[in-house]
Amino acid sequence: MVKIITNYGPLLLAAMQQTVLLALCGLFFACILGIFFGILGVTKNKVCRAVNRVFVDVIRGVPMIVLAYFIYFGVPAFINGIVSSSSKFTLSALQAGTICLALNCGAYMSEIIRAGIQSVDKGQMEAARSLGLPWWRAMYRVVMPQAIRTMIPSIINQFIITLKDTSILSIIGFPELVNTAKNVVANTFMSFQVWAIVAVMYLIVIEILTVISRILERRLNRGRE
Amino acid sequence: MKKQVACLLAAAMVAGCMTVPVAAEEESKVWVIATDTVFKPFEYTNDDGEFVGIDVDILAAIAEDQGFEYELNSLGWDSAIAACQAGQADGMIAGASITDERKESGWTFSDGYYNATQSMTVAADSEIAGFEDLSGQTVGVKTGTQGASYAESLQEEYGFEITYYEDSPTMYQAVLGGQVVACFEDTPIMAASIQDGDLALTILYDTENEGSPYGFAIFSEDSQELLDMFNAGLADIVADGTYAEIIANYLGEDAAATAEAAMLGDAEAETEAGTEAVTE
Repeated sequence: MVKIITNYGPLLLAAMQQTVLLALCGLFFACILGIFFGILGVTKNKVCRAVNRVFVDVIRGVPMIVLAYFIYFGVPAFINGIVSSSSKFTLSALQAGTICLALNCGAYMSEIIRAGIQSVDKGQMEAARSLGLPWWRAMYRVVMPQAIRTMIPSIINQFIITLKDTSILSIIGFPELVNTAKNVVANTFMSFQVWAIVAVMYLIVIEILTVISRILERRLNRGRE
Repeated sequence: MKKQVACLLAAAMVAGCMTVPVAAEEESKVWVIATDTVFKPFEYTNDDGEFVGIDVDILAAIAEDQGFEYELNSLGWDSAIAACQAGQADGMIAGASITDERKESGWTFSDGYYNATQSMTVAADSEIAGFEDLSGQTVGVKTGTQGASYAESLQEEYGFEITYYEDSPTMYQAVLGGQVVACFEDTPIMAASIQDGDLALTILYDTENEGSPYGFAIFSEDSQELLDMFNAGLADIVADGTYAEIIANYLGEDAAATAEAAMLGDAEAETEAGTEAVTE
């Protein structure tokens, strides 16, 4: 155990950094996608709602491991198939991984956001509109602040799931924690010790994330009672 | 009864679909041996859905020669290692190279049963002709293989990046798709894969290294008996020609002749090769 930490500690720490980097990139774009598609889902426009449904159903219906292979290998092959240029189009593992996480997490986020908005009593929107606020203003000023409080626990949950989902991207060779740990296991043939270290590393990072989000939650809930 | 149920449950969990039913306790000991899922041509599922390969056949021949019963579980590389450590398997045969680092972790290896060389492979239309062209490029390797160690040993000198994939098909796909410019793989495996899959890849034979022997590995001392039988059986099947037949079956007559000569060579050559195989 000590030998693994002294020999491979720096390597595993670097891999943890990559995991966090990938998770942050993925979450950033997932938030954008989630808000965009979530709001599409609560508009009155039928086309917008249909776009939301198709996005959520397709992404939620495909396992992320399949999505990862598809984006990393399938998309570049497809683009190279239709656009014939001298240089091959490729996606790096980080790019493909970010797209993959953003799509996957974005679909779940959009459902959280849609449900959060819909959980706010209809009367709130109607009252705001009757006071003469435009739809967007009413949404932004009246409905959203109430909806966000309901959404926060689910969003934090989704963030944690996404952080752990980065491990799936080890299959496309992204040097995150699980990918690197497999290497260490193969070199040392010390399976349990390595996985125990990895588990503790994930635990620590997720605990930090949880603490931060608890503080955030308390702030947002200030003045609720 | 309870014990048997628990035993069956445990076996089912470990083994997935590849299990042969667990024998009752009063029968002779059935050794549980773990292996990889796909490591062509050492173990893979053929077109008829049979689990075959050099490892599989060698093990069968040795078991027959030594008269022991075994159950081969195709767990995958990572899980095979874990299963041996946990005592859920008695040994593993998965084209595992004999390295000092692995031995230091408490593993014991049999005599080498095949000496595999590693080499670099590029896309058929690639302009990469040797290590000199790799500067600033990314190459693919498979986690835990000697190919990975080989690439790591060259990395600093030639200045390239390494991406680790978990299985050979993904790695080959990455070379074909241009995600990496080359991959490092055991030469016989690469040759067999290119031929069987009709892949647009070229092995650069100039880049071949000296290779290192594969061994059957055990973790627990309780499996020493199995290891001894493996070594004795291996010597027997090399002597009676079964070994050469198996190799020829998968890699052709030439490879079989080379392999047999290496096996018959002598024990000294083997230990030498063993020390060379130290992971950098």
